[in-house]
Amino acid sequence: MDSEIIRVIAFLVGVIAFAALNAAYLVWLERKEAAHIQRRIGPKEVGPFGLLQPMVDGIKLMTKQILIPDGVDPILFRLAPILAMIPAIMCFVTIPFSQELVARNINLGLLMIFAFASINVLALLLGGWASANKYAVISAARAVAQNVAYEIPMLITVITMVMITGTLNLNDIVAQQPNISQWYIFRFSASPLMPVAFLIFFVCSLAETNRAPFDLSEAESELVAGFHTEYSSMGFGLFFMGEYANIVIGSSLAVILFLGGWQDPFGLFPGVWWFLIKLYCLIFTVIWIRWTYPRTQFYGLLNLSWKILIPISLFNLLLTAGFLKVF
Amino acid sequence: MNQLLTAQGLGGVVFLAVSAAVVIGALIAVNSKRLIRAVTGLCLCLIGVAGLYYFLNSPFLALMEILIYVGAVGVSIAFAVMLAEPRQEEKGTRATGLGALFGFIGGALLTWGLIKAGLSTHWQRAAEKINDGSMLQLGKSLLTTYGMVFELISLVLLIAIIGSLALGKRGRSNGPGKISG
Repeated sequence: MDSEIIRVIAFLVGVIAFAALNAAYLVWLERKEAAHIQRRIGPKEVGPFGLLQPMVDGIKLMTKQILIPDGVDPILFRLAPILAMIPAIMCFVTIPFSQELVARNINLGLLMIFAFASINVLALLLGGWASANKYAVISAARAVAQNVAYEIPMLITVITMVMITGTLNLNDIVAQQPNISQWYIFRFSASPLMPVAFLIFFVCSLAETNRAPFDLSEAESELVAGFHTEYSSMGFGLFFMGEYANIVIGSSLAVILFLGGWQDPFGLFPGVWWFLIKLYCLIFTVIWIRWTYPRTQFYGLLNLSWKILIPISLFNLLLTAGFLKVF
Repeated sequence: MNQLLTAQGLGGVVFLAVSAAVVIGALIAVNSKRLIRAVTGLCLCLIGVAGLYYFLNSPFLALMEILIYVGAVGVSIAFAVMLAEPRQEEKGTRATGLGALFGFIGGALLTWGLIKAGLSTHWQRAAEKINDGSMLQLGKSLLTTYGMVFELISLVLLIAIIGSLALGKRGRSNGPGKISG
């Protein structure tokens, strides 16, 4: 056993544990936050503040039987949840939690995350199709339309960012933002619209992860549960974990691109804790938005993308190009 | 067993897995009776090809392969199949007679040609590192060395768009199944 192998195994275990624990405890956070927003208490029976509730839920999910209904495509039905989880795990490989704490700091990190995140849609599509359920198919179709529509403004914003940073290496991007005035969200010398770019990126990441108010593909009131209607046990569990992992990845990218990653606001003690603080603040906001705004309608969703986000992000792209050329 | 536990050995295992993904994915894509499974096989094959690119020290090409072919093309095909194809019964249509003969001859010729080309080519080892993979290098090579190829690809895409528009329009105006509304 050489040290490289130990490193690989350590990061593999670490990344999977991080994704799984996040999924478990983000559910807890979601339930607690929703409860307090609605003037309830939320889970409180199992452990202090209900902190052991996710563990109990996890054990319950794992001990349940996986039901394969009649009429489903048995291979694709089993494949889809796995396909939802693996790309999410792959994305964590290149996310720099601190300067040293990154599994593999490849030069094309940003591109890698988008490449693997794009597989996620395929998993939803296959899951919905293999279920042989009308609700699931409608949900999958909605998810694809939504993802395609929001991929465009997101990628345009990312292109703008890459033009400014000049690199796709996530650790280098973080290294360029040593204190709060140089965070890209406040880098007005690059483009006066940077906060808007952050907003576009954040809205798009909400829509890409099918979060409320853009959770049309999982609209419980119309579609039962969406593409995972027919899934039970850990099949459902994996879809859920994949979804929360994608929220973590989207928020991590927003933190890395705009909020200085593991750098701290004042140039003191940079490190993994700053990354986690910023990350969980963003995730808290994501959950906050879900319990504040009602679900949009489908044409509202597409109008927002095609008529507002894409023109603004294109304008920002041109403006940034101009600023970079002039200054 | 000890050799397996080094980084090199693990790399070898991953290489074998990636090669297997290419072969198995291609076989599924060709042999599957259900269209949607064939698409899944194609995606598996393309992920394997991306892995091979990575082993050839071309991570940019590998990631682009996944982003474009799996993420965009694969999803579009699956989406189109989902919208167009009703849940059909499995019915295998095998070519018989002259078609099967021509198919066999064509396949045999192709196999022979590929084997011959593979054996007669003088293979070079993949370059250790082509360039530093930075945005600057990437932009320069896309707009200078590969500028022509880049433009030709966009021309192909334009033709595809125009073709699909023409097909869609024809089906709508005088097709047999006229859609009202």
